[in-house]
Amino acid sequence: MAEFPTVSSIAADVAAGRTTARDVLDAHLARIDAREGEVHAFNLVMRERAMAVATEVDARVRRGENPGRLAGVPIALKDNMCTRGVETTCSSRILEGWKPPYDATTVQKLAAEGAVFVGKTNLDEFAMGSSTENSAFGPTRNPLDTSRVPGGSSGGSAAAVAAGFAAGSLGSDTGGSIRQPAALCGLVGVKPTYGLVSRYGLVAFASSLDQIGPFTHTVEDAAILTEVIAGHDPLDSTSIPQPAPDLVGALGAGVKGLRIGRVADLPEGADPDVLARLDAALEALARAGATIIDVTLPSLSFALTAYYLIAPAEASSNLARYDGVRYGRRVAAGDINTMYADTREAGFGDEVKRRIMLGTYALSAGYYDAYYGKALKVRRLIADDFARAYAKADVILTPTSPSVAFRFGSKTDDPLAMYLCDIFTIPTNLAGHPAMSVPFGIGQDNMPVGVQVLAPTLGEATMFRVAAELERAV
Amino acid sequence: MSQRLTAADVAKVARLARLNVSPEEVERYTRQLDGMLDHFADIDNLDLARIEPMTQPYPLVNVLRADVERPCLDRDEVLAAAPAAEDGRFRVPPSGGSGG
Amino acid sequence: MSAGEKLDNGLPDGWELVVGLEVHVELATTTKLFSASPNRFGDEPNTNIDPVTLGLPGALPVLNEQAVELAMRIGLALNCRVQPCTFHRKNYFYPDLPKAYQISQYDQPLNVDGHLMLPGNVRIDVERAHLEEDTGKSTHFGGASGRIHGSEYSLIDFNRAGVPLVEIVSRPDIRTPDQARQYVNELRAILVAIGASDAKMEEGSMRCDANVSVRRYGDPLGTRCEIKNVNSVRSLGRAIEYEARRQVDILETGGAIRQETRHWDDADGRTHTLRTKEDADDYRYFLEPDLVPLAPDAAWVERVRAALPVLPADRRAALAALTGADVEGEAVSVVVERGQENYVRAVVDAGGEAARALVWVQQSFADEGDSPRLPAGDLAALTVMEREGKLTATQAKTVLGDMLARGGGDPRTIAASRGFEALDTSAIAQFVEDAIAAQPDAWAKYCAGEEKAAGAIVGSIMKASKGKADGKVVTILLQKRRGS
Repeated sequence: MAEFPTVSSIAADVAAGRTTARDVLDAHLARIDAREGEVHAFNLVMRERAMAVATEVDARVRRGENPGRLAGVPIALKDNMCTRGVETTCSSRILEGWKPPYDATTVQKLAAEGAVFVGKTNLDEFAMGSSTENSAFGPTRNPLDTSRVPGGSSGGSAAAVAAGFAAGSLGSDTGGSIRQPAALCGLVGVKPTYGLVSRYGLVAFASSLDQIGPFTHTVEDAAILTEVIAGHDPLDSTSIPQPAPDLVGALGAGVKGLRIGRVADLPEGADPDVLARLDAALEALARAGATIIDVTLPSLSFALTAYYLIAPAEASSNLARYDGVRYGRRVAAGDINTMYADTREAGFGDEVKRRIMLGTYALSAGYYDAYYGKALKVRRLIADDFARAYAKADVILTPTSPSVAFRFGSKTDDPLAMYLCDIFTIPTNLAGHPAMSVPFGIGQDNMPVGVQVLAPTLGEATMFRVAAELERAV
Repeated sequence: MSQRLTAADVAKVARLARLNVSPEEVERYTRQLDGMLDHFADIDNLDLARIEPMTQPYPLVNVLRADVERPCLDRDEVLAAAPAAEDGRFRVPPSGGSGG
Repeated sequence: MSAGEKLDNGLPDGWELVVGLEVHVELATTTKLFSASPNRFGDEPNTNIDPVTLGLPGALPVLNEQAVELAMRIGLALNCRVQPCTFHRKNYFYPDLPKAYQISQYDQPLNVDGHLMLPGNVRIDVERAHLEEDTGKSTHFGGASGRIHGSEYSLIDFNRAGVPLVEIVSRPDIRTPDQARQYVNELRAILVAIGASDAKMEEGSMRCDANVSVRRYGDPLGTRCEIKNVNSVRSLGRAIEYEARRQVDILETGGAIRQETRHWDDADGRTHTLRTKEDADDYRYFLEPDLVPLAPDAAWVERVRAALPVLPADRRAALAALTGADVEGEAVSVVVERGQENYVRAVVDAGGEAARALVWVQQSFADEGDSPRLPAGDLAALTVMEREGKLTATQAKTVLGDMLARGGGDPRTIAASRGFEALDTSAIAQFVEDAIAAQPDAWAKYCAGEEKAAGAIVGSIMKASKGKADGKVVTILLQKRRGS
C-alpha cells in the first residue's frame, strides 16, 4: 500500500514541475491496464478526458498559474455522483447509459483544484449493500485478495485506491459504505459530519443519512480531500452554513490529554482478530498520552433496526423517480402503470427491490407509527446516548467492520447477514456525526483491519488528530 | 414464527411502489421481509412515548434562496436523454385518469 | 352559520347544502418554489427546467424566499395565524410529477385558522393556506376529444412543474352556490390586491375544487364528493348545483353517497366519477429530509402585515361611507375592483358631489384604469352643475362624453357651447300645462291610472323644450298634477 504515491506528494511534485500530470496519469493508467480486468473497480475509465485535463494542468503549471491544491492528482469518483456528459449509472440497469447534464458540487470542487478524474467506480446498486456484489455490472474484487469482497457499497472507489488506479477517490456513506470498504481494503476512509459536504449531485439513497467522503492511503491525504470538498453549498438546503474546516493543520497535534472513549457495551459480532486490533489501538493512544475512558451506548443495539427502517423508507421515495418517463431505461407498454412496473422490474436488482418494498411498507398507512415513526424515535435515543458519551470523551473508538474482508457469496443467502456488516458504522449515520476508519494492522488471513474513530458533530479536527496518531503508531 | 407481513401485504406494497413481482418473488420477499421485521421487533418494547422523533441530523432552520433566475438546462440536451420525446415534450403512454 | 337557517340553495325543502372549497393559487414569483428556473406562463415547452425541476438524480430543493413572503401575505390577508412549519413528501406516481412525489405541507402548514367575509356578514372560515409545488402539464392525444380516457399517448411539458402554489382550504361553511361564487370572487380580489397572484381561472393560475355534501337540517355531515375541473366561477356554481341535486336524488330514493372524486363536464353539465376512494393512493406522507423547518420570525411577519395594502372589503366600506351607496351594491363593487375609488375621493375633495361622482365613474370609466385621465376637478364641477339643477342627467352625460374625449375641460363652457341649460321648475311646469291641454285623451287615461299614457305627454314636453326639461322633474310634476 505504501508503494503508491500520495495525493499530497503528487500535487506538490506537479505544482513544482518535478513531474508532469501526464506522467502521473500514465503511471496510473498503466496500473489500470495491468489489473483492472481482474479487479473491476470501474464502470468507466475516463481515459481521453483524463488525458485532456492532465494536459491542461501541465499547461497551467508551465504558464506559472496556480494549478490547484490537487494539481494532476488522479481521483476516482463513485458512479453515483453526477458528472456532466459522463455516464452515471449507480451500477444499475435503470440508469445504464445516462449522462447527467450537470456536475455534482463535490465534483466541481475537485475539478477546480486541478484533480484528474480517471473514472467512475463500481458500487452496490444505488449504494445498497456492503460488498459490491449487488452491482448490476458484476462485482469488484478486493485487490489485496481477489477471492474476497472489497466491501460496499463504495467497493469500486476503495479498490481503485488500494490497487493504485487512483491516488484518492470519493465514495458515499449512508450506513458505512465508505468506512467499511476502507477497513476491508486497508485504506483511510472518512464519513464527514452530515451537512459538511454538499449532497447536490449525489444520487440520493437515504437523504438524511448520505454523505460523500474520501478514500486515501494516508490520513493527511484524507484531510486534504475532505478540506477541498467540504463547505457550505447554497444548492443543498441541509448544508451546514460554514466554510471548510482546517484539518491538515490539526494533524500533528498529538493526543496528549485527549479522552478516548472505549465502548464498554459494544454490540456483539466482532471477530476476535478485529477486537484485538481495537485493543492495540487503544493501548497505542494511551502510550501516546491519551486517557482511555469507558463509555456506554446502550441504544446501539437498536441502531440496525432504526437504520433498516429509515434508510429504505427514504430510499423508496428517492427511487420512485426512476419511472422511465424523463431519463434512463424505459420498457415500453400500452399504459403508464404497466410501463412503470415493467421498467422498474427490468431496471432494478433484487436488493433494491427488497429495500423499496420494505421502505414502502414502513411508510404505508397504518404502519407508519409502528415502523418509520418509531425508528425516528430510536434515532433520537442513539443521538442522546452519543451526547452523554461525548460529555466524557473527545472521541470514541470502535471496530469499523466486524470482520476482515469476507469471501464472495458468503453472505448473499441471507440479506440480514449482510446487514450485520454495518453494526459499528450505522450509528454515526443516524446521529449525523463524523467518523473515519484508519488501517491498524493485520487480522485473519493476512487481511487488513480498520479501527473506527468517531467524533461529535463538526469534531473533524479532533478526529483527524487521533487518526494521525494511530497512523504513526501502527 | 409470527407472521407480521403476509403475501397480500407484499403484493399491495409492490403495487404502491410500481414493482412487478412474480408469484415466486412474492413468496421469497414475504419470507425475507417477514424475517427482517421479526428481527426489527426489538424496538417494540422500548418506551418511546416521551421521545421526540429525530428528523434532522443537524439543526438548521429557515434556509432560503433569493428569487433570482439561474440558467436552465438546454432542452435539446435534455430531450436527447429522454426515452421518448415529441414536439419538445416527453412522450408517455396514456394514464387512466388524473394523479393525486 | 346557524343550523336551520334556510337559504336559497336550490335544493328541495329540508335539504341543506354543505360546501368547502380548496383553491390552488399560482404565486407571482420570478422563479419556482424550490428551483431557480423561471416561473413563466406561455414559454416554449420544457425551456424553463433545471435538474431540480426535472427531478434528475442528485437534484435538491431550496426554498424561494419570495414565495414564503407571498404565502404569508395571503395568510395574513385571510386573517390567518402564521406559524413555524415543515414540508412533507406526498408520494404517488404520475407522469407530470417529476420526482414521483410532491413537496407540500402536511400537519404543520404555514398559515392556519383564518376567515373571509362575504356580503351579508357571512363568515367562511379558512382552515389553512399552505405552500406546495405544482406539477407539469400533460396533453392527451389520439382519443376522441382530447379527453384522457381513450387517448393513445400523452406529451408532458415540465415548465409548470415546481411553480409555487398556495392551497387555500376553507372549512365546509358555504351553504349556497352563490356563496361559493362570492367566496371565489372575493378571494380573487384579495389575491390581486396584495400582488400574490393574478388569480386567473381561465389561465389556470387559480384552480378551484369543491367538496360537496348534503344533509337534512340538523343531521350530521353527509358523505362528500370532491368535484374537479371547474374552470370558471360560473361553472363552479353550476357544478355545485348539479352535484348537490345528484346527491339529494340518491338519498331521497334510499341510496347512499359513495365518497369519490368526480370530474365536472361543463359541456354536458354533469359530474362523472373520476376515481373512488378505494383507488386512491396511499400517499405515505413523511417529513421532507432535503428541507429544513421554516419559522418566519415575528419581525418578518410584522413587515409583511404592515405592507399589506387596504383590502377590497375595507376599500368597499370606505367608498360606501363616502358616497352613501350600498356597500354590497354593484357600483361600489365595480369601482373598487377597477381601483378607481381614490379617484372618486379626489373628485369629492375637489368639491364634487359624491353620489353622482360614483355613478359617473361606474358608468363611463370602464376603460379608464385605476388612474383616470380626466382631471378630478373637471368631473367635480360637472356634478356640482347637476346638483344645482343647471344640467339634466342626459345633458350631463353628453357633456361628460365630450370631456372624456378631450381629456378634460370646463363643463360650463362645454354645456354652453352645446346650448345646454336645464330649465327651472316653473318653466317646466308651463310646458306641462301646454302638453296636458294639447292631449286631453292621453291625460285622461293617465289620470285613470294608465302609466303608459304619460309617454306621449312626456314626449311632447321634451320636444317642445328641445330636451332641456329634466325628465325626472317632468315625471314628478305630472304625478303631482294628477294628485298621485
